[in-house]
Amino acid sequence: MVACRAIGILSRFSAFRILRSRGYICRNFTGSSALLTRTHINYGVKGDVAVVRINSPNSKVNTLSKELHSEFSEVMNEIWASDQIRSAVLISSKPGCFIAGADINMLAACKTLQEVTQLSQEAQRIVEKLEKSTKPIVAAINGSCLGGGLEVGVPAALDMMLTGRSIRADRAKKMGLVDQLVEPLGPGLKPPEERTMEYLEEVAITFAKGLADKKISPKRDKGLVETFYFTELTAYAMTIPFVRQQVYKKVEEKVRKQTKGLYPAPLKIIDVVKTGIEQGSDAGYLSESQKFGELVMTKESKALMGLYHGQVLCKKNKFGAPQKDVKHLAILGAGLMGAGIAQVSVDKGLKTILKDATLTALDRGQQQVFKGLNDKVKKKALTSFERDSIFSNLTGQLDYQGFEKADMVIEAVFEDLSLKHRVLKEVEAVIPDHCIFASNTSALPISEIAAVSKRPEKVIGMHYFSPVDKMQLLEIITTEKTSKDTSASAVAVGLKQGKVIIVVKDGPGFYTTRCLAPMMSEVIRILQEGVDPKKLDSLTTSFGFPVGAATLVDEVGVDVAKHVAEDLGKVFGERFGGGNPELLTQMVSKGFLGRKSGKGFYIYQEGVKRKDLNSDMDSILASLKLPPKSEVSSDEDIQFRLVTRFVNEAVMCLQEGILATPAEGDIGAVFGLGFPPCLGGPFRFVDLYGAQKTVDRLKKYEAAYGKQFTPCQLLADHANSPNKKFYQ
Amino acid sequence: MTTILTYPFKNLPAASKWALRFSIRPLSCSSQLRAAPAVQTKTKKTLAKPNIRNVVVVDGVRTPFLLSGTSYKDLMPHDLARAALTGLLHRTSVPKEVVDYIIFGTVIQEVKTSNVAREAALGAGFSDKTPAHTVTMACISANQAMTTGVGLIASGQCDVIVAGGVELMSDIPIRHSRKMRKLMLDLNKAKSMGQRLSLISKFRFNFLAPELPAVAEFSTNETMGHSADRLAAAFAVSRLEQDEYALRSHSLAKKAQDEGLLSDVVPFKVPGKDTVTKDNGIRPSSLEQMAKLKPAFIKPYGTVTAANSSFLTDGASAVLIMAEEKALAMGYKPKAYLRDFMYVSQDPKDQLLLGPTYATPKVLEKAGLTINDIDAFEFHEAFSGQILANFKAMDSDWFAENYMSRKTKVGLPPLEKFNNWGGSLSLGHPFGATGCRLVMAAANRLRKEGGQYGLVAACAAGGQGHAMIVEAYPK
Repeated sequence: MVACRAIGILSRFSAFRILRSRGYICRNFTGSSALLTRTHINYGVKGDVAVVRINSPNSKVNTLSKELHSEFSEVMNEIWASDQIRSAVLISSKPGCFIAGADINMLAACKTLQEVTQLSQEAQRIVEKLEKSTKPIVAAINGSCLGGGLEVGVPAALDMMLTGRSIRADRAKKMGLVDQLVEPLGPGLKPPEERTMEYLEEVAITFAKGLADKKISPKRDKGLVETFYFTELTAYAMTIPFVRQQVYKKVEEKVRKQTKGLYPAPLKIIDVVKTGIEQGSDAGYLSESQKFGELVMTKESKALMGLYHGQVLCKKNKFGAPQKDVKHLAILGAGLMGAGIAQVSVDKGLKTILKDATLTALDRGQQQVFKGLNDKVKKKALTSFERDSIFSNLTGQLDYQGFEKADMVIEAVFEDLSLKHRVLKEVEAVIPDHCIFASNTSALPISEIAAVSKRPEKVIGMHYFSPVDKMQLLEIITTEKTSKDTSASAVAVGLKQGKVIIVVKDGPGFYTTRCLAPMMSEVIRILQEGVDPKKLDSLTTSFGFPVGAATLVDEVGVDVAKHVAEDLGKVFGERFGGGNPELLTQMVSKGFLGRKSGKGFYIYQEGVKRKDLNSDMDSILASLKLPPKSEVSSDEDIQFRLVTRFVNEAVMCLQEGILATPAEGDIGAVFGLGFPPCLGGPFRFVDLYGAQKTVDRLKKYEAAYGKQFTPCQLLADHANSPNKKFYQ
Repeated sequence: MTTILTYPFKNLPAASKWALRFSIRPLSCSSQLRAAPAVQTKTKKTLAKPNIRNVVVVDGVRTPFLLSGTSYKDLMPHDLARAALTGLLHRTSVPKEVVDYIIFGTVIQEVKTSNVAREAALGAGFSDKTPAHTVTMACISANQAMTTGVGLIASGQCDVIVAGGVELMSDIPIRHSRKMRKLMLDLNKAKSMGQRLSLISKFRFNFLAPELPAVAEFSTNETMGHSADRLAAAFAVSRLEQDEYALRSHSLAKKAQDEGLLSDVVPFKVPGKDTVTKDNGIRPSSLEQMAKLKPAFIKPYGTVTAANSSFLTDGASAVLIMAEEKALAMGYKPKAYLRDFMYVSQDPKDQLLLGPTYATPKVLEKAGLTINDIDAFEFHEAFSGQILANFKAMDSDWFAENYMSRKTKVGLPPLEKFNNWGGSLSLGHPFGATGCRLVMAAANRLRKEGGQYGLVAACAAGGQGHAMIVEAYPK
């Protein structure tokens, strides 16, 4: 289900490709009803070269829909039948997108496995025809070419098939995915994008002609599987069946390790490739279309498609355009969060002030931003010049100079209400009237922070997740008094920073922290019951969490976790109980703050990848030991104790109106807290797993532990009426 | 008239040619006298400005421009620069003590002579009391040297300036890698044998990989030829158009060379070698021959080739610039006024070589002229594709509106007035020295062909550009 999540961009290059593929992979095309007028594809003939232009109407991207497919096969048949035409060029009319992949709505519309299989088979037929075409075909690609689009344009390599990773064009050329690169043009006699497309077409036509006249030979003698995984020497070894078996086994092992068996697609892809190589391409194609059909029908597929739709929704500004664009940003506090926010701001061209109280803290923060950018240079995602030019958007300072020009101030100082009050008052004395004050806090209610503000309508919460440059989520918190324009501005800034945004109402812990807290409390209890942190980590990751529960506490910071647990514990009382917060208190007092202090549940050393348990924790854990309850302590029960507390709290947030929609709840949980993506988020989980089953689980644990597991009203309602779903 | 004048030159035996070069000045003066009425009939205003001193170029010379790796290959840059300076002294007979200041442009620096202006001046017989400095601004370094001089004179700081430029591409500074340099520097500081040994143990063979200076933009890492090819594609300049333009440049240069019009060239006796008397890169070929070449940068479908690009060149140039009253007081007949000039810069990625398009309208507006007032255009030809892209940009209303914030297009220079004696494509392009060649070509053409205003323009690495108005000195 790679196509669902990977709508990426094929970088700054354009590329083109002579079709002569040997790939076995093709998916998701279809063709049924022939339309009279062509709306998706048109073609013209230039000399003896047919230029086929793909253009899905009313859409920013071209997707492989039924209409596109049927028109495409019509057009190709005409081209093959025509005597005039000796070669063809495939090109998109949309700059920046060749074909983004299968139309997800088309797949979602399929009710049965057979329907999907049929779609896939028809698609295979046309791709097979393209491959066997007697007339040379050149695919001129500018921008995203993914999923099925990749199959039209290029055959896929094993690694790409398995991970759905986006590949930069220059790398694609090295891998042999594309034959030539055309670099984008600058200003000329037309807008650059337009002229670049024209140029790409011109070059592709020259190549098509050259191929038809046999002046150019499509030099690509190595198949992709060989080029990508093996050197020429080992390519020979691949002809020996025994060696092949070993290779399949190795790849399968690696995939199993990475996916923990939670994502069915990669394993099926290996199966299909295996069938194709061992039993010939016909068997491969047949197996592929069937497996594809099976995959589309899986829960995982539904969950991931749901996330895709949710993500699209959370990339829009529902408050509309703000009155004033934020151009000057100021950030208070150069800690991990502050510097992280600065990094994602400067690289989008925002002039950013990073202020801290001490030079040491400021130095560390500026170095963090530089390192973040420099790592991109090492990966060749930026040039060193671009890095320098981006870095010059950042001003590090210890005073409030320049704040009079700021359009928005984001404070990321320590989580302490009186400190936040102090900086709010200080800042309000120097900023202009229109300037927005945003607080990056994970748990302190925004309305309490805003209580000392002269203009509470300009105060809002912007909760970023650490590490800011990697985590996609931004949780924006509005109070009763926050104005609509302030919200619009905050969302606009977040979108500019590349974030996926959920907007929630103010309340203790907002949405994300509030869901996490009961789960963390359960983590502590489980540890107290004698489960070792390594075991706990493996239980959680095998359930689909990207980071194990104990490691997560170390990453977040034990002191932060303690703060949150205390604050929310006071507000929500017994329902947030379970584990003894004394565990965290003792850890903090011993300086075990997690990764940042080098010790937490694990020991962290610079440059050492292996994580060892922190043996000093043994005495703390021993002193707080609880007897485990055997009826709820199986591996599965431990996993469900964690997940159901999370899910129950999420549903309660929707019930209380903290969340506006279940979709935002799912996006927040998956992108901010690492809720297993294959489950699609807490609300999707309830829909797919079943509300009744969820409630049954909760009740079982309630019997053992009490109130903390009492299902909330909304969840109970769903359990009582099976037709009720969060997603219709 | 041209035939009468060039006749004696054509019939000169080659060996004595250089000796007679010095007669060019009086000869061309007389031609100018005859051409004077033609200039006067246009009755254009002069560009003198109230309260600002007029700056004149008395004369200028250059060494023959040679393909790098030929006769100059064993020299150092200051040797070439010295040849230009001695040539200038000889040509103008300027008393060395009146020269107030010397400025040279250069691009790829020889680190031993990083202030090449000073090293060259000392050896060329200038007074050791005359200060000298070196400037660098890529292909417009010599232009920068001249306009720096103009500024010094106009502001009353100096009266007599020698400006010039030099480039020796036959020898370029190839360095040790940074790792190797660091190791060697650390070794220098190491005090004990133990320290030295521990440093040496860090040595790896890849430290020996040398570092070459690249003709690539530092900011974008793109070579200039690559950028030129993209620029040509952006303006839809075809391969054929580029080859045709290059052929024109070589043919005109050949003609000018044969007719002895390249009077700024001074012969240079290279130590240990024969006297070099003329440029050796002029190679008029045929379109068929040129069409056979493969693209040099964007392979295999690009349009920029070795034949339609300027080549790596060794050469030096120098001009004598004075305040007008000083020149007249010393009895000189100056060749031209140096008038308004302009530096521009733009995006070094996609508009690297569009400097002339941006600079031309600005300098014309500043001087109160239009493109129709210009009688001699001398543009630096980095690549055929670059010149033609600039033409298309200057001829496009769309480009003017969208990228130059102008209501109308700049206007196309008429080809019959454009680089009539060849250009950088054919004569060669020693980066640091081309600027003076452009100015002298404009001045000499105005005298020869008649006309009052010349326009010099050039693009340069870094996305910069320059233009200057050269006004013929009236008789």
